[in-house]
Amino acid sequence: MQNKKILMTGNDACAEGAILAGCRFYAGYPITPQNEIPAYMSKRMDEVGGVFIQAESELAAINMVFGASVAGARAMTSSSSPGISLKQEGISYLAGCELPAVIVNVVRGGPGLGNIAGAQSDYFQATKGGGHGDYHSIVLAPASAQEMMDFTALSFDLADEYRTPVIVLSDGILGQMMEPVLVNDHMRARHFKKDWVLDGCRNRPPRLIRSLYMAEGALEKLNDRLQSRYDTIKEKEVRFEIDYKDSELFLVAYGSAARIAKGAVESLRRAGHKAGLIRPVTLWPFPCQIIEKLARGPCKFFVIEMSAGQMVEDVRLAVNNDEQVSFYGRTGGGIPDDNEIINIAKGLLKHE
Amino acid sequence: MNKIFARPESLKDAETFYCAGCGHGIAHRLVAEVIDEFGIREKTVGIAPVGCAVFAYDYWNFDVTESAHGRCPAVATGIKRSRPELIVFTYQGDGDLAAIGTAEIIHAANRSENITVIFINNGIYGMTGGQMAPTTLLGQKTATTPSGRSLRRDGFPLKISEMIAVLPGARYIERVSLHSPQEIIRAKKAIKKAFGLQLENKGFSMVEVLSPCPVGWGVKPQDALRWVEKEMASYYPIGVIKGY
Repeated sequence: MQNKKILMTGNDACAEGAILAGCRFYAGYPITPQNEIPAYMSKRMDEVGGVFIQAESELAAINMVFGASVAGARAMTSSSSPGISLKQEGISYLAGCELPAVIVNVVRGGPGLGNIAGAQSDYFQATKGGGHGDYHSIVLAPASAQEMMDFTALSFDLADEYRTPVIVLSDGILGQMMEPVLVNDHMRARHFKKDWVLDGCRNRPPRLIRSLYMAEGALEKLNDRLQSRYDTIKEKEVRFEIDYKDSELFLVAYGSAARIAKGAVESLRRAGHKAGLIRPVTLWPFPCQIIEKLARGPCKFFVIEMSAGQMVEDVRLAVNNDEQVSFYGRTGGGIPDDNEIINIAKGLLKHE
Repeated sequence: MNKIFARPESLKDAETFYCAGCGHGIAHRLVAEVIDEFGIREKTVGIAPVGCAVFAYDYWNFDVTESAHGRCPAVATGIKRSRPELIVFTYQGDGDLAAIGTAEIIHAANRSENITVIFINNGIYGMTGGQMAPTTLLGQKTATTPSGRSLRRDGFPLKISEMIAVLPGARYIERVSLHSPQEIIRAKKAIKKAFGLQLENKGFSMVEVLSPCPVGWGVKPQDALRWVEKEMASYYPIGVIKGY
């Protein structure tokens, strides 16, 4: 399958990206719009000698992934928003036990059962911890089927390198959409030395994996270790894309919304407006430094999301001047309209 | 002089933090003896539950992971499927296995995961201060059943081993007790059989261990043993529930 361009759904591309990265354990539970991922995995895991389990619940699925990770496997689960809420317990334990794992969220409209349309309303949950305790997961935001593959593959390396859960924050549009995907050779599995895996205490002292630290100060020590790891991640793993650095107005959007914003920016440029695009690729760590730097100039920021306004809070924190930041969002599976974006953008540019 | 009794290699030289008269120390030791006898210490992974036995790793001398409350069978599934050469067992209390983790234990049994489950039934949530467990007997007083477990309010004590035994995937289910030396010897035999079946790749096995919790029950250790024998064992009959 290597080095070929194949027409794939984002969900299939995501699953194949995991296989290429050496993922050999998948557990999941049916929920739309991510069902192509477990279906693909159920077939591919047999072909590559991996493990596929359709779990009895999201809770069981994430805890099976926990177990597989304890045993040193590259392990993944996927779900969509309501199912990801159920996995939060397990994600917190993965973070507390310093275990690598990949969690794919093909986000749908919420709250509650919501609907099955693509949405971006799980940003807070993904980027601010999500479960209990002081922790973060690395969050990657693909915007194409190609990136569904590439970012999922990358997630396994990041998870192993930092011994942390990594979330691929996709949405129902990206999951269902078919696009040509280049299946690259470079996506070969990287190997990390895992000197913490439970594989039987032959020729070594017994190992322990835990997140319970009852001795005085012990839990604070774990948290200090996690926080210093998060500092390293913030320093080394921020990823973003920027179009037209000379802009007076930067549209800020990720994932599907960034695709729409990119089209709007091109239209604005063709009409002679100095509009640009900032697309965060890592939502945590958030690319606040570049926004902070640009905000020192006379430019404005226009955040577009498929939510009532979640990432905009991080943009406002980075800009630190609310007058420079505007927001346009659609909720409940609504898709931002490019004409509306262009009109708002023109209005914002006029005030310059 | 011949040494006829010693600490199993699978047990660390550590004093347990368990209360006087608690059954965990005995159950831990039985598991350790069985692991020694099979010579599998270096390929065993234990899964400690949430509850008093979360600290089992301080006493067992082999690899151990914690699990979220009730999720031990899912964690065991992930480990065993990833590394089938390991011997994987969960050690779970009644709240863990028969309340919050009901779905996980039933489905692990139904898939006939090749794991061993040691299920400690002491009819109470010990670590959190003695609340009603799914296995608390009718009329039994606990922190949350101050006038005794009521059928109307709290429902029946759950015979989860009998429930699991009807699943075709459950290969061997036995209930044992720790209330006398004789029963402890029987308990060890059952635990040994359960681990042995895993070694032979026979699938899911579980040993329910009726175990005293004198502090949780508010009785003396000797009275706790009598309570296990007279009250618990009459509702939860000792013996093979499903033989292999």
